Amino acid sequence: MKKKLVVIGAGMASGRLLEHLFDAAPDAWDVTLFNAEPRGNYNRLMLSPVLSGEKTYDQIVTHDADWYAAHGVDCRFGEPVVRIDRDARTVHSNHSSAEYDALVIATGSAPFIIPVPGKDLPGVVAYRDLEDTQAMMATAGKDAVVIGGGLLGLEAAAGMAAQGARVTVIHLMGHLMERQLDPAAGYLLQKDLESRGITVHCKGATKAILGEDRAEAVLLEDGTVYPADLVCMAVGIRPETRIAVDARLEVERGIVVDDALRTSDPHIFALGECVEHRGQLFGLVAPLYDQAKVLARTLQDQSAEFRPVQTATKLKVTGCDLFSAGDFAEGEGREDIVFRDPGRGIYKRLVLQDDRIIGAVMYGDTADGNWFYGLMKDGTDIADMRDTLIFGPAFQGGAAPDPMAAVAALPPEAEICGCNGVCKGTIVQAVQNGATALDAVRSCTKASGSCGTCTGLVEQVMALTLGGAVVSAPAGMCKCTDHTHEDVRRLIRSMGLRSIPAVMQELGWKTVGGCHSCRPALNFYLLAEWPLEYQDDRQSRFVNERNHANIQKDGTYSVVPRMWGGVTTPAELRAIADAAEKYDVPMVKVTGGQRIDLLGVRKEDLPHMWADLNAAGMVSGAAYSRGLRTVKTCVGKEFCRVGTQDSTGLGIRLEKLMWGSWTPHKLKLGVSGCPRNCAEATCKDIGVVCVDSGYNISIGGAAGMEVKETEHLASTPSEDEAIAIILAVTQLYREHARYLDRIWKWMNKVGLDWIRAQVVDDLENRQRLVERFELSQSVYRRDPWAHLSTPSETPKWAPLADLTLEAAE
Amino acid sequence: MTRFVDIASLEDIPRQGARMIRTAAGCIAVFRTADDRVFALDDRCPHKGGPLSEGIVHGHHVTCPLHNWVFDLNTGTAQGADEGAVRTWPVRVQNGRILITADLLNRNKAA
Ligand code: SRM
Ligand SMILES: Cc1cc2nc3c(=O)[nH]c(=O)nc-3n(C[C@H](O)[C@H](O)[C@H](O)COP(=O)(O)OP(=O)(O)OC[C@H]3O[C@@H](n4cnc5c(N)ncnc54)[C@H](O)[C@@H]3O)c2cc1C
Ligand code: SF4
Ligand code: FES
Repeated sequence: MKKKLVVIGAGMASGRLLEHLFDAAPDAWDVTLFNAEPRGNYNRLMLSPVLSGEKTYDQIVTHDADWYAAHGVDCRFGEPVVRIDRDARTVHSNHSSAEYDALVIATGSAPFIIPVPGKDLPGVVAYRDLEDTQAMMATAGKDAVVIGGGLLGLEAAAGMAAQGARVTVIHLMGHLMERQLDPAAGYLLQKDLESRGITVHCKGATKAILGEDRAEAVLLEDGTVYPADLVCMAVGIRPETRIAVDARLEVERGIVVDDALRTSDPHIFALGECVEHRGQLFGLVAPLYDQAKVLARTLQDQSAEFRPVQTATKLKVTGCDLFSAGDFAEGEGREDIVFRDPGRGIYKRLVLQDDRIIGAVMYGDTADGNWFYGLMKDGTDIADMRDTLIFGPAFQGGAAPDPMAAVAALPPEAEICGCNGVCKGTIVQAVQNGATALDAVRSCTKASGSCGTCTGLVEQVMALTLGGAVVSAPAGMCKCTDHTHEDVRRLIRSMGLRSIPAVMQELGWKTVGGCHSCRPALNFYLLAEWPLEYQDDRQSRFVNERNHANIQKDGTYSVVPRMWGGVTTPAELRAIADAAEKYDVPMVKVTGGQRIDLLGVRKEDLPHMWADLNAAGMVSGAAYSRGLRTVKTCVGKEFCRVGTQDSTGLGIRLEKLMWGSWTPHKLKLGVSGCPRNCAEATCKDIGVVCVDSGYNISIGGAAGMEVKETEHLASTPSEDEAIAIILAVTQLYREHARYLDRIWKWMNKVGLDWIRAQVVDDLENRQRLVERFELSQSVYRRDPWAHLSTPSETPKWAPLADLTLEAAE
Repeated sequence: MTRFVDIASLEDIPRQGARMIRTAAGCIAVFRTADDRVFALDDRCPHKGGPLSEGIVHGHHVTCPLHNWVFDLNTGTAQGADEGAVRTWPVRVQNGRILITADLLNRNKAA
């Protein structure tokens, strides 16, 4: 007599199991197949092509009615099993029941639904089955929101966009598919999706789904609202274990099975996404097919053991080539090899350990994916081909990538020489007209003729036009890139790059996340270039700028409130004294910059101390910043018997206009009331020495590791004009100088004459520079202390946890 | 087998950042990388004691804020020409929570 096999769930895993079983032992079992969905087995992986209209449902059916009939399967589709009676060896749905000798649970996964208000409204779907797919196919011409920017969510988004919906993807993390991609590759993917008209909102936390009778919009924590006729939640899955739990089988995160895929009950087996095998869960089909093979043998009383292998996955969005394999698991001594070809939008990353590939991800060109996957699965030792590995099998022994790709990809109108406004096309034309030497290009286009910092770029454009003659490029910013600071600044401008990942991807960074040297520089360049759009990246700042205080050798901090122009009041002094006492400050010191330093403050006390100082009207003195530090003044004509102008007043006016601004290096000003120069203005970055006839402005002084006297820039009878010139020269410095060059260094490169031409002689240009400075200040002229001592920020300054307070069990 | 204790939510640490925790074994820096991996290392640079939790995190590395030594977060070893290592501690993320080895609770007894 045939034995009775009951299968719960007609999905990918059980479908494969039945195929193996009917092949090997066609007459051994009478099979009863329950399925919650009102249909039999279809290829779930192909739902995305169905959604996008590339395939129909009929084309993805794997087992049709004829197949089930031919194998005598008793199909109970649309009948979810609600109970397993282990004693009677019977399963029950709400309509029928079936007895079994052996039972297979293959219930797959349940989508995770985030518990926000509105989650149960009609119009909110997951992405798991045909019903979800059909709901999404009906969004043509409507608004759809996908919550979750992983593989599944992006397939859903691209599919709906292909159907003509207006799609927004909301992703909690900083970039898409963060489990597989680094931020730069995530940026590439985002750009790709945006070019299909999909809106991508990263760092977006869903607060609620709004709507009366059905979903109408999605509200985020930050207050953004996106209209939504349909909301698809694709934030993850978890094993569907409910009936197994009710039947008191052993269940951890999934239904626990042994190597033969037997559960804790010897008559009950399980496979697919619902199981947990040796602590591991499964989310891709490849290992499930192996399980099907093993379970088919187990059911025939043959011995077989399931051993999971590495799996690879692709994003099934037409035109978006993404391949990812390996689990990028943590481990000691892991190394990355990264390759970027910005011109063609390609990204490849291999993770190595002990000369073996343990992870591979590629975007844009996945042709070599299977080759890497093979090396990974076989554990091939790649030591010998390490240097060229990333170029794939065709290139073993081949050449290194092209460092000029970014320049080659620039459009003709991209500006190369900022000083003289020369664009790429002009240089190309000059070369084509016979200017084949740098000097010749310089004399006919003026490119690189002024500050000269774009020489490297000009030479690269020339080399490309001449057909790749080798040029010796100047040293790159750091080990992460061959581009110089100057090139990077210019390319940020001409290519319109607006984030650190964008720069790293488009300019071919060689490391995954940059380093402590390039990241702060990029952060400055971006905020100086795009003051309104760019969001300052705190994590790319040195500790002092990140914490808005100076770190001391013992890990405590010093706090210096601003004292405008060195002038204070009894009330301010009292507040400083109170703070010093309240927070046990070990040393109170007058600085060389005319203000008071509270040294030795504990990190967790910082926001409290700031709140106290704010309450007394004081703001951060930015004694830590590559930005405006102090404006040192003398008493001037208000009190001094020889003073000629109100030097104190001018100093205060300047400090109130310029505070909060970020500059390539620190920026110190001095204003002296007469040539006796008691404010030491002539050894500051910008100095003003007042005389009877007005104001002498000089720049490029320093008194640090090098002592420099300022050089005369301009004289003017008007205080207002003096201020305009100072703001303009500051903005020019911000826009052109390389990170960590003080004014004197920058001045040595571009020449004082050029600076004077920009800010003194050319009145219109001066005005535009002042306007751009003001625009930037509309964002940055605000106190970071006030922002960081709010109730939500303050706790972040204390330790994350204190385990010394918790007793061990 | 390592036992773990829950210390915080993953979201409490900014990406490419770190937070410090106090333990019986001293201060420990808990790092979160751009790809959401979490590491725990002693919060004391072997050079001159700099707090590594205040360093710039790049890839799976951190640069000490005081004199720019660079450490591999996986192994705790100094990179390049600098020699030294900081101790690493077992830590993992489960359901968005950060769990750290329970050894840090009772070390004062064990040690
Ligand atoms: C507090 C103060 C010393 C004091 O007790 O007076 C000071 C303290 C530091 N200075 Fe300074 N400088 C201080 C006035 C000066 C001055 C004098 C001045 O501003 O009139 C100079 C020379 C003038 C100049 O800048 O040209 C000065 C030239 C430097 C330099 C060398 C800069 C250079 O270009 O060569 C550094 C190193 C650097 O910036 O890279 C430096 C760096 C530092 C740092 C931030 C060291 C560091 O990198 O961590 C010190 C922080 C100590 C702390 O924990 O607070 N400090 N430093 C002064 C704060 C002034 C203020 O109110 O903001
Ligand atoms: C849109 C989409 C795209 C995907 N793309 C890929 C890909 O490219 N590559 C890849 O490897 N994987 C992909 N996957 C994952 C893959 O589909 C799953 O790993 C696989 O389907 C899991 O197989 P399974 O048999 O365990 O579960 P399923 O295929 O989900 O089958 C389980 C079945 O059990 C039924 N069921 C549940 N509870 C009961 C009950 N109580 N009674 C009766 N029936 C029940 C369900 O209705 C379902 O039909 C994708 C998944 C989706 C949704
Ligand atoms: S002179 Fe040197 S030691 Fe003194 S505060 Fe400045 S940086 Fe520190
Ligand atoms: S203390 Fe860390 S590098 Fe010096």
